[in-house]
Amino acid sequence: MPPLIPQQPPVDPETIIRFEHVEKIYRMGDHEVRALDDVSLAISPGRFLAVMGASGSGKSTLMNLLGCLDKPTAGRYLLENRDVAGLDDNALSALRLRRIGFIFQSFNLIPQLTVRENIELPMFYLDRDSATGNRRALELAELVGLSDRLDHRPAQLSGGQQQRVAIARALANDPVIILADEPTGNLDSKTGRQIMELLVRCNAAGKTIVMVTHESRLAAYAQARLHMSDGRVDRVEEGA
Amino acid sequence: MWKTHGWRDVRLGIKDLMLHKLRSLLTMLGVIFGVASVIAMLAVGEGASRQALDQIRRLGSRNIILTSVKPVADEGGQPNRNSFMSVYGLLEDDFLRIRETIAWIQRVVPVRLIRKMAALGERSLELRVVGTTPDWFTLVRRPVIAGRILGPNDDDQSNMVCILTERGARRLLATKSVLGQKIRLGGSVFEVIGIVASAEAGGAVQAPDQNVDVYIPLSASLSRYGRRITYRTSGTRELEQVELHQILVEVTEEQYVEEVARALEAMLQRFHKKTDVKISIPLTLLRQAEATKRTFNIVLGSIAGISLLVGGIGIMNIMLASVTERTREIGIRRAIGARRGQIVMQFLIETVVLSGLGGVIGIGVGFLIPLAISRLSGLPTQVPLYGLALSFGISVLIGIVFGLYPAIRAANLHPIDALRHE
Repeated sequence: MPPLIPQQPPVDPETIIRFEHVEKIYRMGDHEVRALDDVSLAISPGRFLAVMGASGSGKSTLMNLLGCLDKPTAGRYLLENRDVAGLDDNALSALRLRRIGFIFQSFNLIPQLTVRENIELPMFYLDRDSATGNRRALELAELVGLSDRLDHRPAQLSGGQQQRVAIARALANDPVIILADEPTGNLDSKTGRQIMELLVRCNAAGKTIVMVTHESRLAAYAQARLHMSDGRVDRVEEGA
Repeated sequence: MWKTHGWRDVRLGIKDLMLHKLRSLLTMLGVIFGVASVIAMLAVGEGASRQALDQIRRLGSRNIILTSVKPVADEGGQPNRNSFMSVYGLLEDDFLRIRETIAWIQRVVPVRLIRKMAALGERSLELRVVGTTPDWFTLVRRPVIAGRILGPNDDDQSNMVCILTERGARRLLATKSVLGQKIRLGGSVFEVIGIVASAEAGGAVQAPDQNVDVYIPLSASLSRYGRRITYRTSGTRELEQVELHQILVEVTEEQYVEEVARALEAMLQRFHKKTDVKISIPLTLLRQAEATKRTFNIVLGSIAGISLLVGGIGIMNIMLASVTERTREIGIRRAIGARRGQIVMQFLIETVVLSGLGGVIGIGVGFLIPLAISRLSGLPTQVPLYGLALSFGISVLIGIVFGLYPAIRAANLHPIDALRHE
């Protein structure tokens, strides 16, 4: 018999991300795929967390939910103590725009836009005036070391440079969380290291970072490692 | 939700279109030719109808023209006590009756037309002798070039005076000194008292003006030439008795024209048992011509509209392809935080830029086509101003209508699926 009052994990004001018994089920025709199965976790602000696991273990689903690109089938997801379940598409877009920065494995810059325009894009959607956008784009380009490439197109840059643009874009609206999905997966180890150092700097500046990787060498940069398999959290390793 | 950044959005839209210059141009072609054909068709229609309307308008929209016509029955050679002579048409009595009894009439002008040989010095020439009253000159608004026009006394006293047209005077080799000279018209001698301008091409109030006219008082025409008119045509003689060939009625206000016309018709039915008078109302013709013009414009416009529609479908087709091609970009934008409405606006602005630009180019081409038509065929054309606004408006509207579906489709892509798209 279920308890009359559902048992809730204590609400921690120091928690920026909280999953409570989150399930995600995809329907593929007749059968269901349980991508996430009763996942509960809490991440406090300023943490650098690595998510590890084999493909199909639920890493990507977890990231999609964390990034408010999808909603859980069951359970609660509190982002900054706010339940995202009740939010409509526009509110979710606003959350992604203001609170979350994405870094993808394949960089995902918009090819027809210049470096400057790619960095400005989130500010553009936030209705920032173009003078502010311009100034901040320049600052961010300096931060990632690409201030001399502002008018180049992504295709004119190396992979590492493209990923640095992507990081600058992720930082544009000063988000609280950065979600990085295999950020060095398409890069050689030397440039990969540079990208990791950038992420560490972001983390040092106070950004909470959740990074998916399958390389333990990269996971070592994080303060904690979350191992997943079959849609469940296997174990959490603390310490660098 | 629909807030945009105005010019910045448009600039980005243009930038995206410039990435595929050839494709954008080919897509625009549909709208370009659609708009150009709308304008060309309107220009040809407008030109043709304006010409017709001008001709009718020159007849005077407040005028009603009664014309004597030979009744059909008389031509059948039926036994008739006047079989050697046709008696028909308007009478001087009709003129008086109209003048005295019908309301809202500004002036009534009787016209009697007889062809006579005119002789001035050595020159002789066949002229159409127009017997009329002084009101004629007011009605047709012919400027006086020299001397004076007929006065009331001329008609009352059947003065033997005449007025030449400028062209007639030239054909008779007369100069301004012709004033006061005597001219022989048929069997009578008249004094030239004035010269008026010739009728403009296209004809004014009177029947086709290929004739060179000379004007004399109606009373003089009736008394000097009698009521019978003899025509000699290829050896046979034909005798007619026609008092008046035309009566021109000018109504005080345009709004009364139809009522006066009804009264005239009723009067004619009473006094003319044979249908020997034709009544024509330029205002009615004008209205008919305007109605025809409207129909014409609608038909032409619809045909051209179909080509615009085809252009719109072309745009939609390309935009749907573009949405598919840019699925990943849409996913990126959505992941970053673009709202659905912002994606809709982005694609909508692109289609509207595409169709609006096509509209502008189409208007340019549309101006050239009527010019070419006028140059090559001599048809009058006129690009109506409303046509420009109309076709530009329609092309922008087409951008919105046909852009909306692809734009909404783009916005409704799920960000995760869109990001995964290769």
